[in-house]
Amino acid sequence: MVVPLLFIVVYIVAKGAPALTWEFFTENPRRGGIEGGIWPALVGTVYLILISLCISAPIGVLAAVYIEEYAKENWFTRIVNLAVVNLAGVPSIVHGLFGLGAFVYGMQFGKSILAASLTLAIMTLPVIIASTKEALAAVPRSFREACWNVGATRWQTIWHIVLPNSISGILTGVILQVSRTAGETAPVMLTGVATWAIGGDGLFLYNLREQCMSLSMHLFYIRTQASGAKEELSYAIAATLLGVVLLVNASAIVFRIYLRSRKKW
Amino acid sequence: MTDSTPRPKLPAARRRLELLAEKGIELLIRLSGISAIVFVFGIFFFVFREGAPYLPHLDAREFLFGTDWYPSSDPAQYGAGALLVGTLSVTLLAMVVAVPFGLGAAIYVSEFCERRPRETLKIVIELLAAIPSVVWGFIGMSVLGPMIKEVFDVPLGVNMFNAALLLALMSVPIMVSIGEDALKAVPDTYREAALALGATRWQTVFRVLVPAAKNGLLAAVLLGVGRAIGETMAVLMATGHSARIPESIFDPVQTLTATIAAELGEARQGSEHYQVLFLIGVLLFTLTFVVNLTADMVVKGIRRK
Repeated sequence: MVVPLLFIVVYIVAKGAPALTWEFFTENPRRGGIEGGIWPALVGTVYLILISLCISAPIGVLAAVYIEEYAKENWFTRIVNLAVVNLAGVPSIVHGLFGLGAFVYGMQFGKSILAASLTLAIMTLPVIIASTKEALAAVPRSFREACWNVGATRWQTIWHIVLPNSISGILTGVILQVSRTAGETAPVMLTGVATWAIGGDGLFLYNLREQCMSLSMHLFYIRTQASGAKEELSYAIAATLLGVVLLVNASAIVFRIYLRSRKKW
Repeated sequence: MTDSTPRPKLPAARRRLELLAEKGIELLIRLSGISAIVFVFGIFFFVFREGAPYLPHLDAREFLFGTDWYPSSDPAQYGAGALLVGTLSVTLLAMVVAVPFGLGAAIYVSEFCERRPRETLKIVIELLAAIPSVVWGFIGMSVLGPMIKEVFDVPLGVNMFNAALLLALMSVPIMVSIGEDALKAVPDTYREAALALGATRWQTVFRVLVPAAKNGLLAAVLLGVGRAIGETMAVLMATGHSARIPESIFDPVQTLTATIAAELGEARQGSEHYQVLFLIGVLLFTLTFVVNLTADMVVKGIRRK
């Protein structure tokens, strides 16, 4: 198991290394992407991550609060849990179809960052719900009882006691959601990511109603459609994407281990 | 709480406000709670709605079993049978590789591993699961493809075998983590009883633990199957993408998911082709829904015991 992972990472990075220069990260692509850098794709990926996070994090956390703190043990709760499991199992391309039907055409957002982010948000919701649920369940019941006893309402207990004590677990879920969003290709290529969208100047290249580029889509495009691209260019893009995702994930793991080691109860 | 300082009385107006806020926030929480249900139904509804106008013209037999997928010829033919066979065959081949590997790894991690290497292994598996599917597809095209071409001396490196290997690697992590949970759930008394009867470690694993955890292991396999069926980018890039019934494992195939990804861009909104692609989406949704539901019920079954 360790061998394929190491092999993949080392091989891709080694092959892409000659193209991994400063200019590669900061310049616009030129001549259909076969020259120049990946700057707009980086910015586009960050846009998608941040916007979808703003949507899915609050809904996901509140949904987990509902399941853990409010819901009773009955058939309805079972259905809610079942829906979460199945939402996680829906193929990514079907999420893309849904985004296209609901946001791009249904709500008339057009193919845009907004539509793509909404699609990603719904897709990654189960990730946040699952890790938040776990974090909430780890807070001992006695904490809540103590708080109720001094006359706090249910929400006050959650806000002042339960959430602060589980914030680290919730953050781990958020980090995992970021890595998932960064790598997703199929749903965004249907709903708002283009193969070519340079955008404006400066740091804020795009507005919400425009299409953007993304790292994952750029890798797909360069490898399968752009003819004449040097081999190391596609390896460099793959190495960048892989680097981002693995670093984000590794930080979630380190964070989790650190938190476990200083847990007080 | 032995300390019983009386709570200072709040002004009535502020109390009412607090009560209102509490009600509001509770409503918000309840809404979020049911959001998952809303989204699952929403997904089905919107995907179905886009595809539905074609239903009256749909010849179900041709759609499911026909093997002529010529969406751009005139008259266009939409026999998704070859695509269905593509999806199922590549999934099956992936499972032939992944099931022994994944369940073996689960048994190793849960029964034969010391604590330290186990933690490391679990982290590696987690990282393996995090690699995006487009990167897997890239690996299939750039690394695995040429290797397969060389080793097996076949004309095309991107084929069913290539994609199946990728899918196997992609679905092993979920099998390991669910399978390990299942084995962990077997009470230690089972292990002790087997050892006390003089069983070797292997006998314990295969005669006692695997039968005891078989539902969980089955769920692990099913979740792997669900993942393999729904995978898009990796199979789009590594299967060779050709809608024919494969004759050997080194033939190119085309899957349901890859078809949608590759063709939706060129299908005009509302056209026949567009609607048929959405119907394929409905088919995929149904397939994975059934697989995941079964896996979930199998897991629930164990917990109740």
